[in-house]
Amino acid sequence: MTVPQILYVSAFLLILIGLYSLLTQRNMIRMIIGLNIADLGVNLFLVTIGFVDNGSAPIFRAQAAAAGPMVDPVPQALVLTSIVIGFGVTALALTLVMRLFVTHGSIDTARIRGLKW
Amino acid sequence: MRKLIGILLIGGFAFYLITVGMGLFSAESRSELDSVGSEILATSPDLSGAANTVTAVVVQYRGFDTLGEVTVLFASALGVSMLAMAIRDGLLQDLFDDDGGFVLQAGSLALLPFIVLVGIYIVLHGHLSPGGGFPGGVIIATAVFVVILTSKTLSIPRGLINVLETLAGLGFLAIGFVGLYSPAQSFLANILPKGEFGSLLSAGFIPVIYAIVAIKVASELINIISKLTAAGSASREAAE
Repeated sequence: MTVPQILYVSAFLLILIGLYSLLTQRNMIRMIIGLNIADLGVNLFLVTIGFVDNGSAPIFRAQAAAAGPMVDPVPQALVLTSIVIGFGVTALALTLVMRLFVTHGSIDTARIRGLKW
Repeated sequence: MRKLIGILLIGGFAFYLITVGMGLFSAESRSELDSVGSEILATSPDLSGAANTVTAVVVQYRGFDTLGEVTVLFASALGVSMLAMAIRDGLLQDLFDDDGGFVLQAGSLALLPFIVLVGIYIVLHGHLSPGGGFPGGVIIATAVFVVILTSKTLSIPRGLINVLETLAGLGFLAIGFVGLYSPAQSFLANILPKGEFGSLLSAGFIPVIYAIVAIKVASELINIISKLTAAGSASREAAE
């Protein structure tokens, strides 16, 4: 297997693990952790799309002008955005869980009436 | 039953991913770029003057998106503030009764200037090396977070932080409008002189934008953290 293939498989596995924990966990903090794992998988997938054989980081240096190919900078910039948005979503979700604990006294979805499935 | 349904759904999704991603697995790995990335790599040094192409993409090519990104972060901080303000329960009361002791408190205060220094370094070199406004801002906020974690009686100047956050947001917009009314006539046009390629004072407005983004991110994070901890220790504040 080549490096990108290993990274694609890892990214898909991370997404699947995250979604599985979102579906099966009842503790909301664990669901948020699952969301974060899936988020990581998506980020890894995006970065891997820009991979180039023997590519270096897309940073120009003054001396070594022709030092070989560089990887794609666009997915990396997108992932930078994605990480920040992921942080915002996580902070908001954790605050919602805090609020839910105050109003319902539990963060177990099975014990909160109206959230059971 | 839950687990079975979960496994079935995930299995279906895995099948979908395998079908969609089959082309990715079978394709030979590339030796050179053929997408918009190669075009950006070719034009970025002349157009933006930034040695770090990722920074050039974030601030120069997709500056408007970065404004949107900062707005999303602001909306999230606003939501956290509104939700945390309604919590008056003292969820983390045990945490706040235990103040960490003298060594941790003095150590966190001694660490604070150094962490802030590292953050400022990362912000200012965002156009030369990996880093920039977002990670640098988070590092600066971390310095305050360490103090909040260890100290029981830290009063955060909320007013000052709110003013900084507002000024940073308005500054970003102001730079955008300066570009709009300059001869370049486009929002967020890079009109400042580019300077010598690869030096600290280069890349036009990119370090300025990143400094503004860092101030905004740091103040928003400090706001979120202080609001959440204040919600956790509300009854203590009420008792005093």
